[in-house]
Amino acid sequence: MRTSFDLDDLRTLLRSCAGEPESIDLASDIADLTFEELGYDSIALLETAARVEQDLGVTVEDNVVAEDITTPRDFVAYVSTRLGQRPVGTRVS
Amino acid sequence: MTATRTATPATDVPVVTGLGVAAPNGLGTDAFWTATRDGVSGLGPITRFAVDSYPVRVAGEIAGFTASEHIPSRLIPSTDRSTQFALVCSGWALADAGLDPTSLPEFAGSVVTANALGGVEFIQRELHSLWGRGPKYVTAYMSYAWFYGVNTGQISIRHQLKGAGGVVVTGQAGGVDAIAQARRKLRAGQRFVVTGGADAPVCPYGITAELATNTLSTRADPDTAYLPFDRSAAGHVPGEGATMMILESLSVARERGADTIYGAIAGYGATFDPHPASGKPSTLSRAAATALADAGLTEGDIDVVFADGAATVDGDRAETAAITELFGPRGVPVTVPKTMTGRMYGAGAATDVAAALLAIRDDVIPPTVGSADLPDDHPLDLVTEARPARLAHALILARGSGGFNAAVVVSAAPALP
Repeated sequence: MRTSFDLDDLRTLLRSCAGEPESIDLASDIADLTFEELGYDSIALLETAARVEQDLGVTVEDNVVAEDITTPRDFVAYVSTRLGQRPVGTRVS
Repeated sequence: MTATRTATPATDVPVVTGLGVAAPNGLGTDAFWTATRDGVSGLGPITRFAVDSYPVRVAGEIAGFTASEHIPSRLIPSTDRSTQFALVCSGWALADAGLDPTSLPEFAGSVVTANALGGVEFIQRELHSLWGRGPKYVTAYMSYAWFYGVNTGQISIRHQLKGAGGVVVTGQAGGVDAIAQARRKLRAGQRFVVTGGADAPVCPYGITAELATNTLSTRADPDTAYLPFDRSAAGHVPGEGATMMILESLSVARERGADTIYGAIAGYGATFDPHPASGKPSTLSRAAATALADAGLTEGDIDVVFADGAATVDGDRAETAAITELFGPRGVPVTVPKTMTGRMYGAGAATDVAAALLAIRDDVIPPTVGSADLPDDHPLDLVTEARPARLAHALILARGSGGFNAAVVVSAAPALP
């Protein structure tokens, strides 16, 4: 069972769900760039959030994706916090 | 339909200034044209999926196409193979035309594309996820990636072409109908239009959809699977790919100093067939006659006909009837280069237009491959070996499943005033 989620995990998910940005190296220090600056639009983030739910059992609601998560740091913080709070019995694939 | 309208001033005639072709017998315009001129077929056994449980064996697949070599990584997870072809070819066409849309006003350019099947392989994959794993596993990209209009949208976004665009869904006639719609956009003031068609039918769901038309060849030998007008014609072979081109008026092309003017879109006509049960004949010849009249030409001006080449009894009969009605028996050279690519649906007629423009450029008629034994009821001068010929005007015929007929005349640039 996965108990942590860090920036590298997010990089892997972004690569798989939405591809690599054209002008910025995903491996560089991206934590505080906005997803807009990185070239990821809202649907790319929805897709990534859906994968987080599939892989880790953490639900990232659509309105949270749209309104509260603007940078990779936000995304990682949101998911890693909730990973620790996962209710007992949550199915993890 | 015939309609009187003010003749287009000669300098406003729409011309093609850039081409991008991805076809089973050549990835890239030059590779496609070299193969087509030389009679090299891209048909072969289906390799993209296990075909055992389907009655079809042969298709035109683009071997060695790797999307990541041609388009940005960001676009790959959200695009069907057909959209990837469309993006690659539109990029090539813009580069070929020497057009950089970012240096032009944002509404200067627009996009009109044809597509017949939608993002069918994408759809198939997501249906598989839906029924195999559950609704949460359907990608968010499904919201648009399956749709006929997605190619126009993705090309528009990628190149920031914000002029009024469009999408045409008329089966195999779509490539020609899209070019006609692009011509209307130019008349309405658009400076240039990216137009053409794309489809990628070679997947289980795509083949299943086409099987319903009862027009697919079930032969296993690539050399005899698709034989339009031949005595043993037995349906068609599906092919994948795209052709995109840049259309702008002759005056605009000259003003900006376009390097290449492949030729003009001189005339167009379209009709819809009567219901098959009515017993009334196809209206294809009227579409062709309308295109000739629109171009201000007569039958004697046409140097070659690029036929639709359905390779079904009814389809071949209707097309031969239309060609002989206009030109007489063996009255004009006829060719079906799509015998080397398969029928590419939304991309098919646009690919024929590209082949016709390149044929005019090089003064050579590309051959029809395979068809050799024409019965007496097909009195056609079918070109089966590349034939050098002075070419000024070509007529392209295109017919879409369900009754669509379209015809377009393309003319050599030197013939323009």
